[in-house]
Amino acid sequence: MGDGVEDRVDELEEMARLCRIDIVKMTNAAGAGHPGGSLSAIDCMVALYGTSLRFDTNNPNWEDRDRFIMSKGHASPAMYAILHQMGVLEEQDLLGFRTLGSVCQGHVDMNWTKGVDFSAGSLGMGLSFGLGCALSARMDSSERSIWVMLGDGETQEGQVWEAAMAANFHNATNLRVIVDRNRIQNDDFMEFQMEIGDIGEKFASFGWDVREVDGHDMPALVEVFRWADSSDEGPIAIIANTTKGKGVSFMEDNPSFHGKAPDNEELSIALEELS
Amino acid sequence: MSEPSDEGASRDGYGKALLRLADDPRVVVLEADLGKSTKSCHFREQFPERTVSMGIAEQNMMLVAAGMASSGKIPFAGTFAIFTERAFEQVRNGIARPGLQVHICGSHGGIHTGSDGSSAQTVEDLAIYRSIPKMTVIHPCDDLSAEELTFQLLDLEGPSYMRTARNKVSRMYDEESKLDLRIGTGSVLKEGNDVAIISCGVMVELAREAASSLSEEGIECTVVDMHTIKPLDKDLLARLSEQCGCFVSAEDHSVIGGLGGAVAEWLSSNNPIPLEMVGVKDRFGESGGTSELMVEIGLTSEAICEAVRKCVDRKNAA
Repeated sequence: MGDGVEDRVDELEEMARLCRIDIVKMTNAAGAGHPGGSLSAIDCMVALYGTSLRFDTNNPNWEDRDRFIMSKGHASPAMYAILHQMGVLEEQDLLGFRTLGSVCQGHVDMNWTKGVDFSAGSLGMGLSFGLGCALSARMDSSERSIWVMLGDGETQEGQVWEAAMAANFHNATNLRVIVDRNRIQNDDFMEFQMEIGDIGEKFASFGWDVREVDGHDMPALVEVFRWADSSDEGPIAIIANTTKGKGVSFMEDNPSFHGKAPDNEELSIALEELS
Repeated sequence: MSEPSDEGASRDGYGKALLRLADDPRVVVLEADLGKSTKSCHFREQFPERTVSMGIAEQNMMLVAAGMASSGKIPFAGTFAIFTERAFEQVRNGIARPGLQVHICGSHGGIHTGSDGSSAQTVEDLAIYRSIPKMTVIHPCDDLSAEELTFQLLDLEGPSYMRTARNKVSRMYDEESKLDLRIGTGSVLKEGNDVAIISCGVMVELAREAASSLSEEGIECTVVDMHTIKPLDKDLLARLSEQCGCFVSAEDHSVIGGLGGAVAEWLSSNNPIPLEMVGVKDRFGESGGTSELMVEIGLTSEAICEAVRKCVDRKNAA
């Protein structure tokens, strides 16, 4: 890698650990939420926010920031954890997750939370929104990049492929997608619900530039984001192979923790494992 | 653009307004392979760099428009009225909920569309968009009012839905009187004290015709072009409910949930005077020429006259 990024890997891995603690704590406090898909996505998000994304923590609504569109909006705990670790949200905000009046709404919401660029909660819409941001950036001759985080189950929505088609047609080289390929959706493993097969190949067939990466290998993630930043080609899709619930043994690869919060006993075990 | 005439289709007014709006660099236009029909094609011809073709993919179009609005653009996204409904949840969750200033135009709405048949004849769009928080819902009656009201959308905060019609109708306004129009304010075309006909879209012309023939019977009607269905001009309804004592609504739309529904909601809570509704009676349309279809469905000036007579009788019996 070079450029001292090796030194930063330890720092990023520590940030990811702290984010995981935030995720289990806030879902436990709320007694609800989606820890599984938050834990699978968090390493990608830490690597992106920690190295590549142009984002001013003192001015989260900076007009020319890169955009991060959390299309899998149920993984809101991951978003709030990142914003907490970057100093945009307070721990108290996280503990109010899903309660009346909280800045941490159940699904990410751009009108409620500083630093959130998209109001999600209905799957399949974020890539289209990101394309709109990307086309606007180009009209404004802005260098900003648009990143969209999709769930793999989410790619079952037809609108994702409408957007994939349109992004290539409009040559949106500033649009980048991360697919959190954790192979589990709400009800069960995708292979039993609706297996979509090789997602990377599908994006490639729509004319996208595709890379696959281990979504929990921090040096590999830093590398792939560096490659994306240096690329003039695109749009770019990064298929991140991940484990749902990563980092908490009893949540790993367990469909029942898609949309279930840890109880107090489970929280203690999780915190011990993450310590 | 059309030659000067006494007639105009509201979709032509929309197309003309987009050209005027182009002076604002934030304005962008999105099309879903129906620009020649919605009339955004004229904008595309002159401003191709600010026109985005989305192909036949309305759900994507709505969220691309939302993303552009979040980045400081003012998108005007158009397709057939019926196909905006395909993206209803996208409009609800992706545009209206975050309150993004996206202006949706649904052309070819209503039975008046004609021979394309029931798949295109939207009769529920005003109802469903009216039910979404933060949405402004507009249905102009001719090309000149459509042009003026579309132009005013530039200064509207939040999202809007405008239904335009395919076919030409008699103009209710001229170049001067159109300038008095305001989004959210009903336009009184004629004053009378016996009944108020609250109409929108292509039914405004028929309401005025009905008022003329009713005048010969000694019934004097107020005729309102209620081009803005939401927010409804409640001050005007309050004044007219006192002045006239009974209302008839007239719309090329289902009697469920549209203009008549909105008026009924207001009346029931504020001044429960008699109301008769002229509209599509919970049915789909069919193919046919526009004029024969309007008779078949019951959207005629005679239907308005009958509703007025019935309503005035109810008022007098009370």
